[in-house]
Amino acid sequence: MDLGIGLIAVVVVIGVPAITVLYALGTEWVLGLLPERRRPGLRPWLWLLPGVVFLGVFLVYPTITTLVLSLQDKRSEAWVGLDNYLDLFGQALFWQTIGNTVLWIIFFTGLAVFFGLLVAVLADRVRYETGIKALIFIPMAISFVAASVIWGFMYEFDPRIGTVNAGIALLGVEEQSWVTEWPRNTIMLIIVGIWMWVGFAMVILSAGLKGINSELLEAARMDGANEFQVFFRIILPLLSPTLAVVGTTIVIIALKTFDIVYVMTGGNYGTDVIGTLFYQERFVNRDAGAAAAVAVILLLTIIPVMLINIRRFQAQEAAR
Amino acid sequence: MTAASTGVAVGARTPTRPVRWYSRLPLHAVLIAVSLVWLVPTVALLVSSFRPGSEVLTTGWWNAFQLPFSFTLDNYTDVLADRNLGQSFLNSLFISIPATVIPIMVAAFAAYAFAWMDFPGRNALFVLVVALLVIPLQSALIPVLQLTTAVGLTGTFPAVWLAHTGFGLPFAIFLLRNFFGGLPREMFEAAYLDGASPTTAFFRLVLPLSVPAIASLVIFQFMWVWNDLLVALILVGGTPKVAPLTVTIANMVGTLGQNWHLLTAAAFVSMVLPLIVFFSLQRYFVRGILGGSVKG
Repeated sequence: MDLGIGLIAVVVVIGVPAITVLYALGTEWVLGLLPERRRPGLRPWLWLLPGVVFLGVFLVYPTITTLVLSLQDKRSEAWVGLDNYLDLFGQALFWQTIGNTVLWIIFFTGLAVFFGLLVAVLADRVRYETGIKALIFIPMAISFVAASVIWGFMYEFDPRIGTVNAGIALLGVEEQSWVTEWPRNTIMLIIVGIWMWVGFAMVILSAGLKGINSELLEAARMDGANEFQVFFRIILPLLSPTLAVVGTTIVIIALKTFDIVYVMTGGNYGTDVIGTLFYQERFVNRDAGAAAAVAVILLLTIIPVMLINIRRFQAQEAAR
Repeated sequence: MTAASTGVAVGARTPTRPVRWYSRLPLHAVLIAVSLVWLVPTVALLVSSFRPGSEVLTTGWWNAFQLPFSFTLDNYTDVLADRNLGQSFLNSLFISIPATVIPIMVAAFAAYAFAWMDFPGRNALFVLVVALLVIPLQSALIPVLQLTTAVGLTGTFPAVWLAHTGFGLPFAIFLLRNFFGGLPREMFEAAYLDGASPTTAFFRLVLPLSVPAIASLVIFQFMWVWNDLLVALILVGGTPKVAPLTVTIANMVGTLGQNWHLLTAAAFVSMVLPLIVFFSLQRYFVRGILGGSVKG
């Protein structure tokens, strides 16, 4: 192995905290040179400086540049106006990609939230709650890449090897090719995402559930409400803000989907989503303009969620 | 809360009407069915990774439990030594550790300013951070690649470290600012009365008191970088010498195709560390997720 690289990593791990301390002492030294009344005005900016530089260089500037690139040709040499967008809109592949992304938003978000809520509510009533929640949560810890290998093996066509095909064989159904036929393949990929993200929805919804005053539920039960009425009339309305948080977070994950599709099908068989189309345009077709246009479309679809988040944040701040 | 009211709250979890054991059967059945569906894929992977290739390719993983048992470590020695996965494992570490340490230090500075210093534009700037939380990496990656190429960093670790620092910052600042903001104001006032500077307060009070929040963030950022494919693929993609596990395994899926005995072993190698972190520090990981999504 390469010792030099390891050395660099060690230097970074020791060096970064050292630099941090030196930077903090440096800011105090700089402020000490100023007259006392000027210090409180400058101090916050010195503390913000490293963060603002990173955010500017790696997020704000690149996002603006992507907007510009989307108006230029494939080698970013000439202005082409909206041609990249118009070209995309004229391709059947693009619309299939959008269609798949819509499937991801609806089924991935809907089912991950549904199963998350189901497990959170049901596990709340049993003694093995901790164990079952840990089990459902495990897939959150692994990568999309590993999950794709796991499920590729599940979906294997050979019914001697593939668990899903062996399972349906028991029911007398003949083996299926799960990842080659549209739109079923997109659904099969979405199942991988659901398997990974139910744990996320469950953990947050479970925390929300524990926050509901149990005396309220008990009072309803005393008044003769059955468990379904308690769930639909009390628990669900009280959980709706939490459901909104979970839902918007998973919608964003759905929009950014890349890894599962890239590893499992490479975007073949009509499984492309916005995230893989971006990669395809930039690194396979080598068209920076088209790739940037795809990225801008992705960004535009995320902006409504962004605005919802900002409004929610401001409401929370007002309530502080 | 008094002992009496706690008793009521605990009692409320048990139904008031007498419940017969069979009325709870559907509840247990659903939970156990869901657990099985969640567990089976991982078990299949784990079992197959220890079976001889000839058997994995001809019989299902569920046959592994028939006598005589035949388990082997061959798949692991094969992927680790002959297919460069050992190097990739180290690369993943070399990428993930600095890419966790750097953004958290940078974020702690900014979060301290946001939480405890007054400056014009503070709220507007923080709203920008909240907005940046959801920016898709795709909309930043092409210019970032141009940038790292222009300074000769593409294909090296520092490119990935710096990019992950930028991409991880909004979440890190958001989480730490919320935690720092919850520290008691009197504590700072007392420290300043004793002549402490904001720098002293930061290192002696804020950081030590924020260990739980920082631990959550360390785990969260580490897992996110360790499991990332897109950033690594674009910034170091084609270079085996620096490629992390995710990139190497994604390539293996393309080249090894149906060689499930090798793919399952490779996937498990990539899962070992996150699973250890998860099982030993689950509480912090969950807290990080909660803190980032709902008001803490």
